[in-house]
Amino acid sequence: MPEIFVLAEHRQGQLRDITFEMLTKAREIAEKTNRNLTAIILGNNTAEQAKALAEYAKTVITVQDPKLENFNSDTYKKTLTKLITEHKPSLVMMGHTSYGIELAPRLAAALNTPLATDIIDLAFEGDTLTVTRQMYGGKVNVKATVRKAETYLVTIRQATFAPKKPEPPANGQITEQPTPLTEETTTKRFIQYVLPPPGGVDITAAEKLVGVGRGIKDVANVPQMEELAKTLGAVLACSRPIVDKGWLPNDRQVGSSGKTVKPKLYIAVGISGAFQHVLGMKSSDLIIAINKDPKAPIFSFADYGIIEDLFKIVPSLKNKIYELKGQKV
Amino acid sequence: MDVVVCVKHVPETAEAELKIDTSGKGIEKTGLVFDINEWDDYALEEAVRIKEKQGGTVTAITIGSQDSESTLRKCLARGADTAIRLTDPKLENSDAYATAKILHSVIKNQHYDLILTGMQAADDGNAATGTILAELLAIPHATMVKKLELATGMAKVNRELEGGLEEQLEVKLPALISVQTGINEPRYVSIMGIRKAMQKEIKVMGLADTGLSENDVGTAGSWISIDKLYVPPVEKQAQFLTGTPDEIATKIVEIIKSRGLI
Repeated sequence: MPEIFVLAEHRQGQLRDITFEMLTKAREIAEKTNRNLTAIILGNNTAEQAKALAEYAKTVITVQDPKLENFNSDTYKKTLTKLITEHKPSLVMMGHTSYGIELAPRLAAALNTPLATDIIDLAFEGDTLTVTRQMYGGKVNVKATVRKAETYLVTIRQATFAPKKPEPPANGQITEQPTPLTEETTTKRFIQYVLPPPGGVDITAAEKLVGVGRGIKDVANVPQMEELAKTLGAVLACSRPIVDKGWLPNDRQVGSSGKTVKPKLYIAVGISGAFQHVLGMKSSDLIIAINKDPKAPIFSFADYGIIEDLFKIVPSLKNKIYELKGQKV
Repeated sequence: MDVVVCVKHVPETAEAELKIDTSGKGIEKTGLVFDINEWDDYALEEAVRIKEKQGGTVTAITIGSQDSESTLRKCLARGADTAIRLTDPKLENSDAYATAKILHSVIKNQHYDLILTGMQAADDGNAATGTILAELLAIPHATMVKKLELATGMAKVNRELEGGLEEQLEVKLPALISVQTGINEPRYVSIMGIRKAMQKEIKVMGLADTGLSENDVGTAGSWISIDKLYVPPVEKQAQFLTGTPDEIATKIVEIIKSRGLI
């Protein structure tokens, strides 16, 4: 029976959410198309994690090696090349994450296996794979066909498929395969994890947040946004471009590479709503978004939307709050 | 140190309203402003900083029509020494794989110690071209790099992981590094720089110069072919508040107040 491989992603002993998201989707495809679901875990002392995977997949293949302790695209590439060549799975899934992005394109080119990245949906029609992905920062969806091949490789966008543990559990068989790694890799070496220095502000603890994005246009406009936040009793947060430009420190960043927040109120000002940002704030209780583009993706996540120039709304809003509080404008 | 930077000329769409064109496979480009891909801008800046610190050369390469020369001019004005533009109608609709093959055909004949690319392009967002190129060139790579330090024969890099965490790696040179935004602060270009750049020559190459065949590039040489573009279905839509700015502000305040948040 043809196989679907899901590469488990783990870091510092923890399986990452994307693993279960992929396993859930892969299981659905496997059942529909009569394929066997195999979870792959490469690591060192990952017996516990393999057990967790066996609840989702009929087969779990583990390769245990101290050289696989930390993710390294070189060692992963070598190990997966062997497994894929031996098993010839029809589909290999990994996360569109910092690990999958580092590994998948290189592996695909080495194996001459077609790759589709950052996938939000996929389906087999016979042996042909069709995928859905996004372009232009999520403003456009794309349906695409992958060139016909024996094995397809895909990277799956995070938080796209809701994880669901099979009932009853798959009770998968765990098999260990010997490591193909004979020596330490010399071209690329993992040194250490680096945690950014703790900042002065903890946006995850704030009850109210004003999140600002590219739309504020200039660093000179940061103070008036800060003022709006202060008037509201909120903390100022932001999307990635604002940190990249150095307008706000990185402890203010909301999103997949920043913090995940869940305040009672999130006002998104000049944020278009790229999925990386949305991932970090979509669970907020009340979301109000101000953006002049009526098609900005943020409006699909907001409870209330304002299609208007933010520089017209922000001053009015500040004044109304002052009025309400009985303070001087 | 000789550095090659791969850049892409892309439309700025973050704040633009997009329309799908009549072919259904692309967007209406008229009215959009094109510029260097944001990630590549950081890669270019990093390349120029390396040259300023250590000497050597910077070569900028792009694939695209005549219009994309403005992006190469920007590279030259910023401090690139040489610019190469690969162009041919047959190169259009190349995916990450075909694009990497095209870049490979030229870069393999260049001297380089380091290749820099943006980690993804703002238009198709594959986050794959640079890494495929590294495999074709058989050199080490690292993606999503937020910090790059060069030492003899190797680069020490910080890669961005999720949730604010980073990992530090050592990569042997020559290597390909795909940079993440925020790795530096791209500078503004002086008028002098722009004037000087106008005099520099841009080398233009066609498909015949690459040694590739028609089947290696474009849709024929790609892993992925686009069937159609469409506007993402709206699963949930915000309730829109309308009126004058003051009326809208009053409505916002009422909503916040009704939730006991003010």
